[in-house]
Amino acid sequence: MGADLAIPVFEPWTDPQAKPLIQFQNVTKRFGDFTAIDDLTIDIFEREFFALLGPSGCGKTTMMRMLAGFEAPTEGKIFLAGQDIAPVPPNQRAVNMMFQSYALFPHLSVWENIAFGLKREGLPRNDINARVEEMLRLTRLEKFARRKPHQISGGQRQRVALARSLAKAPKLLLLDEPLGALDKKLREETQFELMDIQEKTGTTFVIVTHDQEEAMTVASRVAVMDNGKVMQVATPADIYEAPNSVYVADFIGDVNLIEGTVTATGEGVYALHWREGAAPLVVKSPNTISDGQIAHLAIRPEKVTISADKPESADNAVQGKVLDIAYLGNLSTYHVELPTGDVIKAQTANTRRISRRAYTWEDTVWLSWTATGGVLLGE
Amino acid sequence: MRRFFLIAVPYVWLLALFLVPFIIVLKISLSDAAIARPPYVPQFEWAEGIRAFFAELDFENFTWLIEDDLYWKAYLSSLQIALTSTLLTLIVGYPIAYGMARAPEEWRPTLMMLVILPFWTSFLIRVYAWKGILSNEGFLNQFLMWTGLVSEPLQILNTTTAVYIGIVYTYLPFMILPIYAALERMDDSLIEAAEDLGCSRLSAFWLVTIPLSKGGIIAGCFLVFIPAMGEFVIPSLLGGSDTLMIGKVLWEEFFSNRDWPVASAVAVILLLILVVPIVLFQRNQQKEQEGDA
Repeated sequence: MGADLAIPVFEPWTDPQAKPLIQFQNVTKRFGDFTAIDDLTIDIFEREFFALLGPSGCGKTTMMRMLAGFEAPTEGKIFLAGQDIAPVPPNQRAVNMMFQSYALFPHLSVWENIAFGLKREGLPRNDINARVEEMLRLTRLEKFARRKPHQISGGQRQRVALARSLAKAPKLLLLDEPLGALDKKLREETQFELMDIQEKTGTTFVIVTHDQEEAMTVASRVAVMDNGKVMQVATPADIYEAPNSVYVADFIGDVNLIEGTVTATGEGVYALHWREGAAPLVVKSPNTISDGQIAHLAIRPEKVTISADKPESADNAVQGKVLDIAYLGNLSTYHVELPTGDVIKAQTANTRRISRRAYTWEDTVWLSWTATGGVLLGE
Repeated sequence: MRRFFLIAVPYVWLLALFLVPFIIVLKISLSDAAIARPPYVPQFEWAEGIRAFFAELDFENFTWLIEDDLYWKAYLSSLQIALTSTLLTLIVGYPIAYGMARAPEEWRPTLMMLVILPFWTSFLIRVYAWKGILSNEGFLNQFLMWTGLVSEPLQILNTTTAVYIGIVYTYLPFMILPIYAALERMDDSLIEAAEDLGCSRLSAFWLVTIPLSKGGIIAGCFLVFIPAMGEFVIPSLLGGSDTLMIGKVLWEEFFSNRDWPVASAVAVILLLILVVPIVLFQRNQQKEQEGDA
């Protein structure tokens, strides 16, 4: 009984039996001399909210355009529900796209924009009406149905674009920087709206974004891309807590990177010799690193504790001087300079008013963190 | 005061360069032809007073235009030639404008230049050049005979066909430029969006490209139709005796018959006919601008 009541965890990627909805098999895409996508293999499962994250020019948009059918892979194959989609033109794919510019038809009303795809299918008039009304309700646009795109706000246009791309109930919805044109506040609201709609409709969403916060918020899994290659595919928590490379650790959020030579001291426990004369740092890391190898300790600033006195029972503790304080309102980031010249960032929540701040510039402080606080990343 | 002055400038301009000449032409159209200089009566005499002057004006010339079928046939034939050549210009011009808008960005200024380049030569010289191309011994016939497509030279010059060729050639840039402007502004992702939603290439063209270039098409059509309607150089140089166009009739009344009053009446009617499309054109332009805002 107890097992039945538990909400099943949605993670089809851990289930070897699950069949992926989309499979990229060794896909390479070249434009002349330029390689946009380099030998990429990736599986995306049904009902996933999958984010492609990377800096501009990393190939994420090219990947999306290949799914939509606007680009064909130079090498390799793309499968949608087990079918090779290379020969299927964009207008016959069960895939719809929400464009970065929204691409709303300026000569058509909101209602006609949403109905556009349905009319092409030649559905009966009543079915079209019902479906459009449903989409208008879902995106809370009922009042604006008769307006033209230039008569509504940016946020409303974004919702029209979403409604239009969802109207045909595609197997897969592609979203190209869907919130890029919205201001911060509206973007955050819309992120939750998107997740809500994704859950309600059960559609598989693939979103392209360069905004890591957005990817972390909405996605079930995130693929971090760089130069046409996927660096890591994992849940937002894993990407943040257990990055597999210095690139990913550095790209997502703020991180301290400490370089040193590694010696194993126990089961998954390593000592990082990072400076001549300084005590080695103790790290418990899931990644296996061989003795004598050069590695980076990646530790997030919020996992570093700052204190006035040397902590009693910390795995790692170093002393330094406060160099800079970045006050963010809810948080403060302290930049602490060690005697070796290295600067380590430590972040604390501002639970007290700023006038009662414990540390200020030039104060000598202790920084400490646990052995499991960070991860070791090989070269 | 400053505002009044700003508004006054265009109105004074309009008054001096349009309304005053129009009133003069209207007055002549209500006069009678005479062997005199200028060749019509009445002339305004201060001594006789305004009342006597107005008493001599009448609508005789307009009645004459209705009674003689030459005139309304010429109007109708002009209308038909102008409409047909506008359609032909659209058919030729749209693909050119489309090609220009789809061309790589770095080519576009060059292509634009090529469209405008003919304006650097006198219009008259270019129409004369067409005489050389279209005549029985002209380049076109020589080429067709050389390829063996025809054994006898085709009679093109001095026919209505030559007039169509001349009008389409002359007014093509006026069609291309507004359509190009509309197409160039269009976001390419709209076509992709249409395809993504189930359109074939062709239906995306009909459902998205054509409606979005509608403003340009309408503007281009008016810019061709309005001057083509009153065209007289092309029909007199390329057309034959059976090509009837009101511009040519007007010219003949004025210079051959020296009947200024009838010629003026023809001009007044032509203007009245053209006011309708001109007003429609203005309204279209205004709507376009509002749509952009």
